[in-house]
Amino acid sequence: MLTYTIRRLVLAIPTLMFISLVIFLLLELAPGDPMAQVPLTVPPEVKERMREALGLGEPLHVRFVKWLYQFFVIEPAVFIDTMFGTDWAEGQQRVISWQTRSPVMEIVVQRLPQTLTVVGLAYLVGVLIALPIGIYSAYKQYSVFDQAGTFISMVGFSVPPFFSGVLVIVIFSVQLGWLPSIYDTTLTVNSWETFWQQVRQMVMPVMVLALQTTAQISRFMRASMLDNLNQDYVRTARAKGLSEATVVLIHVLRNSMIPVITVIALGVPAIFGGAIITEQVFKVNGIGQLLITAIEANDLPMVHTLTFIFAVLIVTFNLIADVLYGVLDPRIRYD
Amino acid sequence: MTEGNESRVTAVTSAMVTEPLTDPVPSAPPRSQWVDVWAQFRHHRGAFAGLIVFMTIILGVFLGPLLYAQDAQYVPTGRDFLRLKDMRPAYMLLWDSGVKAEWAHPLGTDNIGRDTLARLMQGGQVSITVGLAAMLLSLFLGTLIGTMAGYFRKLDGPLMRLTDLFLALPLLPLLLVTVLLFREPLKQAFGPEGGIFVLIVFIVGVTSWMQTARIVRGDVLALKEREFVLAAQSIGTRSGKMVIRHILPNVLSPIMVSATLGIATAIITESALSFLGFGFPPDFPTWGRLLNDAVDRMTLFPERAIFPGVLISLTVLSVNYMGDGLRDALDPRIRGR
Repeated sequence: MLTYTIRRLVLAIPTLMFISLVIFLLLELAPGDPMAQVPLTVPPEVKERMREALGLGEPLHVRFVKWLYQFFVIEPAVFIDTMFGTDWAEGQQRVISWQTRSPVMEIVVQRLPQTLTVVGLAYLVGVLIALPIGIYSAYKQYSVFDQAGTFISMVGFSVPPFFSGVLVIVIFSVQLGWLPSIYDTTLTVNSWETFWQQVRQMVMPVMVLALQTTAQISRFMRASMLDNLNQDYVRTARAKGLSEATVVLIHVLRNSMIPVITVIALGVPAIFGGAIITEQVFKVNGIGQLLITAIEANDLPMVHTLTFIFAVLIVTFNLIADVLYGVLDPRIRYD
Repeated sequence: MTEGNESRVTAVTSAMVTEPLTDPVPSAPPRSQWVDVWAQFRHHRGAFAGLIVFMTIILGVFLGPLLYAQDAQYVPTGRDFLRLKDMRPAYMLLWDSGVKAEWAHPLGTDNIGRDTLARLMQGGQVSITVGLAAMLLSLFLGTLIGTMAGYFRKLDGPLMRLTDLFLALPLLPLLLVTVLLFREPLKQAFGPEGGIFVLIVFIVGVTSWMQTARIVRGDVLALKEREFVLAAQSIGTRSGKMVIRHILPNVLSPIMVSATLGIATAIITESALSFLGFGFPPDFPTWGRLLNDAVDRMTLFPERAIFPGVLISLTVLSVNYMGDGLRDALDPRIRGR
């Protein structure tokens, strides 16, 4: 198992390098010029120096390797510096955003909490709702509950977040006036009142994201439970006289959770992708919204870094899913 | 000789005189595979309803403009502009006679007086055409790569690594970046609408073939070991003919299922791009674009956001149900149960 994990980790590095190269080359084709906003009165040689200050004067491969060095060496060093007060990254050039002229990672760190609270909570809520629904609809297959669950998860699959978001805004903000339609990120939670405000503004984005998660995971849970409910060991457990709750919730559930857990792990990066749209609908200024503004403003280092972070998430969670599968299911042997 | 024969025949007939010898005649005419599939598909209530809804939407969107003679691009000017802009749906007259609405514009007009129903029809044409075209492209790529990887052992490794790589790409950010990069050059080559159409079909197709390729590869790998492939090989069938005549017809059912699901993905992706403002130009309606335009004035005119949204969701829902039914109908283990 350990050798497998190490092999996969080693394999992940060239994959990520290649993805990074693809993104870099794509962005290299971008038509925008970071100097376009500089006034025309600035002489060309000064512009050239400004361009070099942004790291644009050098040939392609040098810039790519520099970016890799900045992202994989300097940024972690900065992270360690802020954690432990060392000065490893002192005076080193970090990845700089063209929009704000400040380090990209600083802005990402500012935006990350918003995304993580909304997306993370939504995922958690979605999973927690999905599991009981999946278990019960498999246990009572073809019952009214199961049929309704199938229908609702079909709807959850089919209604895109940019419509379900708009729909809940129309219903709960416009018609009923219960919830705010815009997510206020300046709100600091320091009393019960502000806490309540925070809860209210998180309800709708969490609901929209959780609907999709619930739809997918409850289907998987149901299918996995159905596979296990007809197995011989279930009959044995019942024949032993175990209570129905023990049979279903301990024997069957534990076996059915194995594929479901990997699906849950695989879904994490997808939900970050989906959050780009949801953040746009509810005006949450998380990393999805940061990406959209960076693309619109032609801020290439920011786009490169953010896209690469998404790629790292996908590769990491794929790895986690594969390893978890092997750890949880002793029948799986990778070596 | 003849006598002996005759006597034997008469002996046989006399023995079976009560039960004349006949070939067993099948009670029903022979059914082809597709008749069976269709029967099973009709049996799946959700899938059949999905088919009807999808057909209704397609007919309404493509034939509707023939019956409903409003121009989606017509922008009134002067006094007409004031009279025609911001109309509410006509059914609101039923309970509120003071509302600004006319039966000539059953679903109202937008903020510069364009008819909403006509725009929805035109937007639907674009969205569905994009969906179908992108699905065909992704199906073509997926089938090609899947069969190549499954059939030619040497290509299997590289092609599957490629597939894994595509699966690891963060698609939505890359789609946004690509649209931004290639919008201008393609606009100059194919015109503003044509350029974006080509671009969106291309990028949606190129980023959604991976699942099809994986499924097709798995099936081809299994089929390759079957006797009929060996038989075809032994009479000297070449690889190209082998794939087209013997392999592809047998992987048709997973391809068809991923085709239906591909339409749904393509429509959603196109709408998402349009919604984020990276899709078709503003005066060119698609459902996602209409939804995006409506969001700013959602408090006053919620119906403008709801109509296109409901249409997107209904189309995708019906397509998904069709895919579900098709999967059951094409699976011989489930069929006939």
